[in-house]
Amino acid sequence: MTNTLTPRSHGAGPVDVQHELYGAQLPSWAAKAVLGTAVVVAGILYLLGTNLVLASLVVFVLGLALPLWSLVVEGSRKATDRLVTTLVTSAFALAMFPLVSILWTVISKGTKVLSAEFFTYSMRNVVGEGGGIYQALVGTLLITGAAAVISVPIGIFAAIYLVEYADGNRLARWIRFLVDVMTGIPSIVAGLFAYALFVVFFGEGVRMGIGGSVALSVLMIPVLVRSTEEMLKLVPNELREAAYALGVPKWRTVAKVVLPTALAGIVTGITLAVARVIGETAPLLIIAGATDSVNFNLFEGRMATLPVFAYQSVRSPGVPPEFSIDRAWGAALTLLLIVMLLNLIARLVSYFFSPKGER
Amino acid sequence: MTSTLAPRKRSTVVRAGDRVFAGLSTGAGLLILLTLAGVAAFLTIEGIPGILANPDEVKSGQSFWPYVWPLVYGTLIAATVALILATPVAIGVALYISHYSPRRLGQSLGYLVDLLAAVPSVVYGLWGIQFLAPHMVPVYEWLDKHAGFIPFFAGPASATGRTIMTACIVLAVMILPIMTAICREIFLQTPRLHEEAALALGATRWEMARLAIFPYARSGIVSAAMLGLGRALGETLAVAMVLSVTAGTVTANLISSTNPSTIAANIALSFGEASGRTVNVLIASGLVLFVITFLVNFAARAVVDRRKDFSGAN
Repeated sequence: MTNTLTPRSHGAGPVDVQHELYGAQLPSWAAKAVLGTAVVVAGILYLLGTNLVLASLVVFVLGLALPLWSLVVEGSRKATDRLVTTLVTSAFALAMFPLVSILWTVISKGTKVLSAEFFTYSMRNVVGEGGGIYQALVGTLLITGAAAVISVPIGIFAAIYLVEYADGNRLARWIRFLVDVMTGIPSIVAGLFAYALFVVFFGEGVRMGIGGSVALSVLMIPVLVRSTEEMLKLVPNELREAAYALGVPKWRTVAKVVLPTALAGIVTGITLAVARVIGETAPLLIIAGATDSVNFNLFEGRMATLPVFAYQSVRSPGVPPEFSIDRAWGAALTLLLIVMLLNLIARLVSYFFSPKGER
Repeated sequence: MTSTLAPRKRSTVVRAGDRVFAGLSTGAGLLILLTLAGVAAFLTIEGIPGILANPDEVKSGQSFWPYVWPLVYGTLIAATVALILATPVAIGVALYISHYSPRRLGQSLGYLVDLLAAVPSVVYGLWGIQFLAPHMVPVYEWLDKHAGFIPFFAGPASATGRTIMTACIVLAVMILPIMTAICREIFLQTPRLHEEAALALGATRWEMARLAIFPYARSGIVSAAMLGLGRALGETLAVAMVLSVTAGTVTANLISSTNPSTIAANIALSFGEASGRTVNVLIASGLVLFVITFLVNFAARAVVDRRKDFSGAN
């Protein structure tokens, strides 16, 4: 390398190889400095009374100083690169904004109403202040529980069919494809389906908890099939072959070897599927309806649920509206806590109980 | 050889357990197909009387197609605007998580975005109506004053902020997680060799993304966008809560107080008080929604599946 470089140096002094090869560069602290300045300026503006959105905009605009600086020092290619880095990072910050905002709003407004009374009283004969979400809690747990009872066996057996019995035949490919399409069915369409189904048997205006379970199952089964299928595929073929070699019939191999190996993953999938449908509002609004009283019977009459309760409290708050809207936030917080808890359980199950082999 | 084959005849016993198990699992698979067919069939059975209903039999006093057309228009415009808002952000977030963030942080950042998917739609609705809508009012007034010559912002700006634009923003946030998740998966599948070859030729990180990642991921991004579109088309409660609706509106104006409704939101809002033929009309509009989302999802999945055969992921 040295002998190709020497002729260019025209004799005078040692060659600055670093400079020859790299060209001008911003110092390594440039990005941090620009971001820091932007945040400090925006912070001062915020303290002086600018609102949060404008302050964030200021951070973004000042952040654009980095590509400009780069354009002057490093040239257009590096400047474009830095511009894109700024944009991509801002996109992430922008996506975090609604998340933080939603969590903050729900928690700050919801915690006000949480109390023992809120969880143990129903809304029966309550006007104005007081009352609680007991009836909605009962309804949500019963309907979602029944939905899980319907869809877990169907989902798991369908996944077993796809992985163990189908051998990738045409039917299996169609089922897999349509399951994917089914994950996109709008929840309100599932509700209408349940209504149309029950109207045929029970006549017009039917409202029933179990109808809600059927609607939720339509939404839950595809999620379950996909996650269970992924988990069953992960079970090593050696385990199956070892069982067959010992003369174990296929169904016992599936039941005693394949399913237990994949159990942690399947449980995680079920939990996540439940977490997904427990917050569904639209189908329950249509087929389960809403009521102020506690109803333990899935097969008779209207049934309140948390999401529908929150919706109705905002939709028709009564006079004065504040109490009802507070209760809606309380119900939303409760729902959010349940969903987050289910997600946490799912992560913990998959973390602690997945098979530890081959590590 | 024949002498060893003869005894095998006895050993090929089909056990009852095997037959039951195979039957159960095949049945479950078929049941799924049956359910999908059932959704279409029952919606059609209950919907056809609605499509054929006389105008004076139903609450709206209109025959079906004039009644459903503004709703279809509202659904499409809300979903499209939401998609336009969400797509660049989703690509940016996915790129940040897969290629720009510190490697160790990547997965946890992914969880954070997935958290957005876990928030129930009614919570989005509450947030939209109580937090976002009031905060958007000054923005709409500004848009009305300075960008009013564009038909989308013609105004007059809504005083409550409960416009179709607010609904679109909420929808965009709601479809962001699924689009990000798919884009992220696909960006991560880009062959390492392509990326490193680009970098070795002196490409900057952005040029690497443009030359190696995007051509590879193009069809994946398209299908992610279509799946997001499918979600946005069918989302009910958030729209029903946020939007202040004027029946039968067809307008390009995104920020005024007269807004078209969407099919799903209209069903949620009207179903409680509906009776008789009106119910059938609502179910028929649900059938229209089902057909639209089915086609969108079908196309999106077909693109994903076709792409699976070519990808080096396996």
